[in-house]
Amino acid sequence: MNIAKTPHTIRTSGLGSCVGVVLYDETKKIAGLLHVMLPDSTLGKAENLNVAKFADTGIYALMERLKAEGVRPLSLKAKIAGGAQMFQFGTSDTIRIGPRNIEAVKSELNRLSIPIVAEDTGGSSGRTIEFDPSTSTLSIRTVNAGTKDI
Amino acid sequence: MSSDQHISDMHLDVLKEIGNIGAAHAATALSQLLGRKIDMLVPDVKLVSFDEMFELAGGAEKIVAGIFLRIQGDLSGSMFFVLPVDSANHFIRKLIHDDTFDFHANPIAAMGISAMQELGNILSGSYLSALSDFTGLHIHPTVPSLSVDMVGAIVSFGLIEVSHYSDDVIVIDTRINDDADEKTSTVDGHFFLLPDPESYVTIFRSLGVL
Repeated sequence: MNIAKTPHTIRTSGLGSCVGVVLYDETKKIAGLLHVMLPDSTLGKAENLNVAKFADTGIYALMERLKAEGVRPLSLKAKIAGGAQMFQFGTSDTIRIGPRNIEAVKSELNRLSIPIVAEDTGGSSGRTIEFDPSTSTLSIRTVNAGTKDI
Repeated sequence: MSSDQHISDMHLDVLKEIGNIGAAHAATALSQLLGRKIDMLVPDVKLVSFDEMFELAGGAEKIVAGIFLRIQGDLSGSMFFVLPVDSANHFIRKLIHDDTFDFHANPIAAMGISAMQELGNILSGSYLSALSDFTGLHIHPTVPSLSVDMVGAIVSFGLIEVSHYSDDVIVIDTRINDDADEKTSTVDGHFFLLPDPESYVTIFRSLGVL
C-alpha cells in the first residue's frame, strides 16, 4: 500500500490472482495503490497480519491514509485490475481466488460508496499496472496483449 | 509452529538437505532426458518476503515458463519449476526436435506445451519421490499445470496458502544450470518448494529434529 502525488506515478508488477486497487482524487491529483492478495481478513490465521493484503481491511486503510492527506472520501474514485485465474486447480482456499478477490474488492468499494470508474479484471494473464495521478490513467501491461490504458 | 518464529538454523539445514536430495534426483532425470550434463547448485533455504521471493526468480515482471503443482498427503505445499522463456525454448526444442518452437508465440504450439508439462511431471515426480523416501512421508503431487507469464503472477499463486499465516515464506530454492560456469550456462532454472506452514512440524518430526 502506497500513495503518489503528481508528477509521480505508482505501480505494481506481476499481479496474478491479486487485485490492484487504485483510489484517486482527480482534482487533488493524488492516488493510493493497494495490492489485494486475499478477499477477507477473517481468513487470516495469525495475529498481527498485514491489513494491506486483504480486500476488506486494506481498502479501508488506504482510504484512511488518503484522508490523512486531506482527501475527502466523497471525491474518491477507483480503478481496479487483476484477479486472474493463473491455474485451474488449487485447494479450497486458493480455488477461484482471483474471482473471489474481485468480488470482495467490489463489495468493499460499494460499501464505502467509492465508484469504480474502470476495471480490467479476470482472465488468465498476469498484469503490471501503473497509475498516473496527473491524468487519472491506469496503464495495464500483459505478456500477450501489450499495454492498454483505462 | 504455525508461524516462522521458532525455525532455527538446524531446521533450515534439514530443509536444505531435502532440497538437495530432491533436486539431485530431478537433475539426474533431466540429464537423462536431454542426454547432457545438468548441474545443480547447493540449495538455498531462506525465510523471505513475498517480494524477495519474486526476486529469486528474476523479478516479478520476468517472463518465465512456470510449472506449478500442489503437494498432498502427509504434508502439503506448493512446488514450482521455473525456467526463463529462453531456457524453456532451449529444452523443449531439444526434446521435441523442433527448432522453430517458441514459448513467445501466441498461441503456443500444443506439442511444446505438452512436452513442458511432461517435463514438469518427470522432474517434480523425481524430486518428490526422493523427498518421500528420505522422510518416510507419503507425498503425492497433483497434475502439473503450465503458465507462461510474469514470475510474480505465477509464483504468487503458491504464496496464497502461506499468506493466511504470514508475510514471509520459507523457500527451498535449487538452481539448475547446464554448465558449471553460470555465465556460459544456457539454462537458469529454479525449483521452488514452499511447504504450507502447518507442514513444517510434519517435516521436522519425520526427520527427528523436533
